[in-house]
Amino acid sequence: MSDKNPYIDELSGTETTGHEWDGIEELNTPMPRWWLWVFYTSIVVALLYAIAMPSIPLLNSHFKGVLGHSDRAAVNQEMEEMQARRAVFATKLLDTDLETIQADPELFRFAMAAGKSAFGDNCATCHGSGAQGFKGYPNLNDDIWLWGGSFEDILHTLKVGIRATHEDTRIGLMQAYGRDGLLTADQISDLAHYVQNLSGNGIDAEAALRAAPLFQETCSTCHGTTGMGDRAQGAPNLTDAEWLYGGSYADITQTLYGGRQGVMPNWNERLPSETISALAVYVHSLGGGEDTPPINTENLP
Amino acid sequence: MTSNIRKTYFKEDDSLIVIGLILVLGFIWSLFAAHPTDAPGMIYPTLEMHGFMMMGAFLIGIIAIVFKLSDGLPKFDQGEYQDDVIKAGVIATTFWGIAGMLVGLIIACQLTWPNIFYFESLPWTNFGRLRPLHTSAVIFAFGGNALIATSFYVVQRTCRTRLAGGMWPWFVFWGYQLFIVLAATGYLTGVTQSREYAEPEWYVDIWLTIVWVAYLLVFLCTLAKRKEPHIYVANWFYLAFIITVAILHLVNNMALPTGPFDAKSYSLFSGVQDAMTQWWYGHNAVGFFLTAGFLAIMYYFIPKRANRPIWSYKLSIVHFWAVIFIYIWAGPHHLHFTALPQWTQTLGMAFSIMLWMPSWGGMINGLMTLQGAWDKLRTDPVLRMLVVSVAFYGMATFEGPLMSIRYVNALSHYTEWTIGHVHSGALGWNGFVTFGALYCMVPWLWKKKEVYSLRLVEWHFWLATIGILFYITSMWVAGIMEGLMWRAYNDLGFLEYAFIETVSAKHISYVVRALGGGLFLAGTLIMAFNLRMTVKGKGGAESLEGDVPLAKKPVIPTAQPILVGE
Repeated sequence: MSDKNPYIDELSGTETTGHEWDGIEELNTPMPRWWLWVFYTSIVVALLYAIAMPSIPLLNSHFKGVLGHSDRAAVNQEMEEMQARRAVFATKLLDTDLETIQADPELFRFAMAAGKSAFGDNCATCHGSGAQGFKGYPNLNDDIWLWGGSFEDILHTLKVGIRATHEDTRIGLMQAYGRDGLLTADQISDLAHYVQNLSGNGIDAEAALRAAPLFQETCSTCHGTTGMGDRAQGAPNLTDAEWLYGGSYADITQTLYGGRQGVMPNWNERLPSETISALAVYVHSLGGGEDTPPINTENLP
Repeated sequence: MTSNIRKTYFKEDDSLIVIGLILVLGFIWSLFAAHPTDAPGMIYPTLEMHGFMMMGAFLIGIIAIVFKLSDGLPKFDQGEYQDDVIKAGVIATTFWGIAGMLVGLIIACQLTWPNIFYFESLPWTNFGRLRPLHTSAVIFAFGGNALIATSFYVVQRTCRTRLAGGMWPWFVFWGYQLFIVLAATGYLTGVTQSREYAEPEWYVDIWLTIVWVAYLLVFLCTLAKRKEPHIYVANWFYLAFIITVAILHLVNNMALPTGPFDAKSYSLFSGVQDAMTQWWYGHNAVGFFLTAGFLAIMYYFIPKRANRPIWSYKLSIVHFWAVIFIYIWAGPHHLHFTALPQWTQTLGMAFSIMLWMPSWGGMINGLMTLQGAWDKLRTDPVLRMLVVSVAFYGMATFEGPLMSIRYVNALSHYTEWTIGHVHSGALGWNGFVTFGALYCMVPWLWKKKEVYSLRLVEWHFWLATIGILFYITSMWVAGIMEGLMWRAYNDLGFLEYAFIETVSAKHISYVVRALGGGLFLAGTLIMAFNLRMTVKGKGGAESLEGDVPLAKKPVIPTAQPILVGE
């Protein structure tokens, strides 16, 4: 190529490299200064960062960096500090009752915060993030408690679970009356009408009447002669408007046919005791405190 | 150009014999693979389904070759470009683009309305199966076909020679489609090695290796017989893409199958080394497949469409080598704050910061090539699409180094921000530059004056642009929100939000994202229609006479052909 490049792009006035491919030429524009300087700067910044932080691998170890920073050490230290701060409250939560916890406002606030956090991580999956429950998973905000709503009851349920692996776990048996052939289809249909009738939703009074002796014979052992349920066996009250598995005729028929065996894990093996206590405080604050079954359902809305 | 200048030179091609041999070997292997195994206590998935698919594919290939060879060895006019395989590639690109984006829209809806788009009796529609189908379909099926088709187009034009290898380019094309189908059906039936963007099992990997080596050889041999003194910058990028992807593919997929006919293998790496190898691969799939390869598209189609010279030769050299050298080390930034040693994270971040300007070199060169032709942005929606793609490229390659900074990554990692970042690159950069190249190539390949309707290109452009903006802004909002929610503590050190609360908080963003994806897909459908009508010669797609001849006389004296007459 001669000293005087004869190829000048007319529009930009810049010389070209003289190459051409399929009509495409190249201008010989120098690299933008700002681009170069930012590139150099970024290299310097990267180098400085690599000098400051752990970076170069060596034979048995690695260069620790001028600042000597270590993610893992930093995290461990933060965790230890946090645990030390929590330990003060945590020990106070063990083997105590609600009154003692409530009497100490700071401890109560801690228990509520720990409980809410643990609830979100462990309980919300089934009971919902607002503890509102779903079909088959009890609502914890209302006054209805299958196994009791006192602080002690909730604490115990949390520890041993329901139909779980703990030796003292809470067990109640709603059998699969249809599938296991304990009752005929007609009997199940009549019983469903009877149970609906208990909560004032019945439409087939005749069927309900037919099932009355059958209910006393089959269901009253757990649900009581009046259908008000039994906390000791986790048997729900059938006379109120709340239904864990649905109160429609179809739902009740399905419950009678296939039985219901909802489970909750025994958290004593999964969570530390103080966290379970905190959870009990939190859950009790939602809808707890109602520790005896209602006597008269007629006054309920 | 008259025939006294353009010599017609027919050459016999014996490549079909070797290709046929490969297919016969593959057929024999697939006979065993398709054999139903009834070994007791078998715990690994068998190859039965894929065996039958490969058997069918190889058989069709062998029959086609036998028919072709029954007329003797095929002869090709060395004075003509091999354009048929590119036409097939254009169709495949459009088809897989629509398929991949449709699956993307479906999984966006699954995340938004999980109850409606959950089909219990159809396990293959599960999000976990469809998600790799989406990513692989858009990256490797849509993007891969676009890269293969455009590279075959560009390398011929800029080397002024026919593609090397006779029928080998066709082997590359059909072999690659077989790879796509095997990969896709594998994901749906649960055959996966669970490596992100490298999910296909070992036998599909081996097949892809064969195809890819053929691709590399076709490309290299075409470069070798070029009739231009220099290799054009686009071809540097294509070559870097092909070679590096080959290396990445081979290293990351080193695995031991449980048996010669089992659809299951175990990686040779384990633990944190395995994770690092995977993300060395994953990051450079972005770097060399989605960046280097598509920069090659940009380097040909923007100057060609704008009819302007490349802005800076020097910048193209420096940023090419800087990208090549630096990109390969940046992978650890995908594993910040994991089991990966901190020193590796430091280096990953340091290289990512240095990568910012080299990446931007391509953007500057692409945008500044418009110097003196800015007015065309107003009148030519195809050029506008190409240029906006470069703008999105610049945005994504600024965002990438930013997110690789450990302190930013602490917030952005695992959030939707990453999804937004990926899609500003994938939809804005890879999508738009491919669409632009298709709008250019289809009229050129099918000898038409212009596409069927530039108005429809306008529609495509605006629908897709609005779609991208919906997509990335909603993902920024969702990502930063959930990142902040995850790290929100109360004064007692307990998490403020449960995980499920951070999920439900994203619902509105998800709706907006699905809407954006829908708009983008609608644009692509419009493009498919437009291209179809162009091929048919409707509207503005008037037929043109003749070809762009190979033996075009160079306008510049320095560019004397060096391999005249072969």
